[in-house]
Amino acid sequence: MAEDSTIKAPAPGTFYRRPSPDEDVFVKEGDRVESGQVVGLVEVMKNFLDVTAARDGVLATFLIENEDLVEAGQDVATLTDR
Amino acid sequence: MRRVLIANRSEIAVRVLRACRELDLATVAVYSEADREALHVREADEAVMIGKAKARDSYLNGERIIAAARETGADAIHPGYGFISESAGFAAACEDAGIAFVGPPASAIAAMGDKAAARRLARDSGVPVVPGGEVTAGDEALRVAEEIGFPLLVKAAAGGGGRGIRTVRDTEELPQALAEAAREAEAAFGDASLYVEKLVEGARHVEVQVMGDSEGRVVHLFERECSLQRRRQKLVEEAPSPALTPQTRAAMAAAAVRLAEGVGYTSAGTVEFLVDRDELFYFIEMNTRLQVEHGVTEMVTGVDLVREQLLVAAGQPLEVAQEDVRVDGSAIEFRINAEDPDNEFFPSPGTIEELELPGGPGVRVDTAIYAGYRVVPFYDSLIAKLMVWAPTREQALRRGRRALRELRIEGVKTTTPLHLRLVDDERVRSGDVHTGYLEELLATGEGEGVAA
Repeated sequence: MAEDSTIKAPAPGTFYRRPSPDEDVFVKEGDRVESGQVVGLVEVMKNFLDVTAARDGVLATFLIENEDLVEAGQDVATLTDR
Repeated sequence: MRRVLIANRSEIAVRVLRACRELDLATVAVYSEADREALHVREADEAVMIGKAKARDSYLNGERIIAAARETGADAIHPGYGFISESAGFAAACEDAGIAFVGPPASAIAAMGDKAAARRLARDSGVPVVPGGEVTAGDEALRVAEEIGFPLLVKAAAGGGGRGIRTVRDTEELPQALAEAAREAEAAFGDASLYVEKLVEGARHVEVQVMGDSEGRVVHLFERECSLQRRRQKLVEEAPSPALTPQTRAAMAAAAVRLAEGVGYTSAGTVEFLVDRDELFYFIEMNTRLQVEHGVTEMVTGVDLVREQLLVAAGQPLEVAQEDVRVDGSAIEFRINAEDPDNEFFPSPGTIEELELPGGPGVRVDTAIYAGYRVVPFYDSLIAKLMVWAPTREQALRRGRRALRELRIEGVKTTTPLHLRLVDDERVRSGDVHTGYLEELLATGEGEGVAA
């Protein structure tokens, strides 16, 4: 059984949970996610980088709010097995 | 006019500040929470914090900027480029507040801001435009597409600066491109209007600098060639273009002046064209502001464009007359971006650990970074503009290579290694490039690690 882990920001910038302001969030807390699935975006220098799950699991909790500022490698959400 | 508020950040804020100083104008900087340590804040006579890091809350907040001008007694606002520089609403709000907007009248910004309307204006002024047309419904797009042929571009009418554009290769790709572009345009510009244009393949990007005053005089300052681009963002610009015959150069300049006169243009502006392999030119859009790459025009003409902008905003006539504008030598600008060219141009914000800037004959560096400065992730990746001038293009390229080698920036990745490769590239050296050339080079490049 894999350990609980986190999803990390790929770069510093502004974190978004939606692809654009009037669309739905990529994932909700409690949703099952697959390895490589996009769960958010980080805007850095006018680029939008995907925030992805590194393994299959359940996205338990977002640790930051939409539009919060993040540092590179900062934990964005927790990932559990179930 | 006595005190100028500079509604921008980074190198362009410092550039404007320098012109103000040389005219004995007092300066007011504005800044976001993320820019407390920025050079433009340190250098200005006074500085006002206008909001949070996000541009929407600070550098795009026109009301707050005008309030800052009132608080500090600034009687003029220079918008730089980007941010609120092409907002007709902001220019009008300045006019209403009795503050001189250092740029064209709101009406000229509005006329050129709708790119589809600007195409019509150009056509009506006898300026050739890329075949295409406006689309209000999908079937209309298909009709225009069949008329002009594929490949084509779908563009946001409210767009500009290379944003909100989709390439379409055939009929099947059209519906999705229209839907995506409309959604993106709505989100980015609050306006989903689109138009389509034929994709002119193998074309060069050549733009004409114009400058007008309130007495109705418009002059041109010849052209810049900006064909070396990646994802429609310019990386290298030069003046003059290495590829125009004198006849084409004169025809393009005359077309640009005609267009500017037609909208009562004042201040600095740039009319952008595509030039195809047969040297036919087509209007793309007009940028109603100072351009990032204005410096190369300054180096070959000796005209200080920001000084002229400030004088015009103060109600004075242009200092420069058309017959005095000459191109002397060759100038090249290399955009130094905090991006990793060996890793798909991944953004590279961070602290500048060490900085050594090039110098010597014919070298100009416009920047706002310093050793110890932290390049923040919230804004553009442009951290310095390295410009060189020499009597000939060949010498300018050699001087560019020398200056690029002198430039040392530690702490963040930059585009410098790519520029060093470009100055030695045969096609770049011979001037035989088009707007797709850089991406082709990157796609085939050895050790570049660039997938696209």
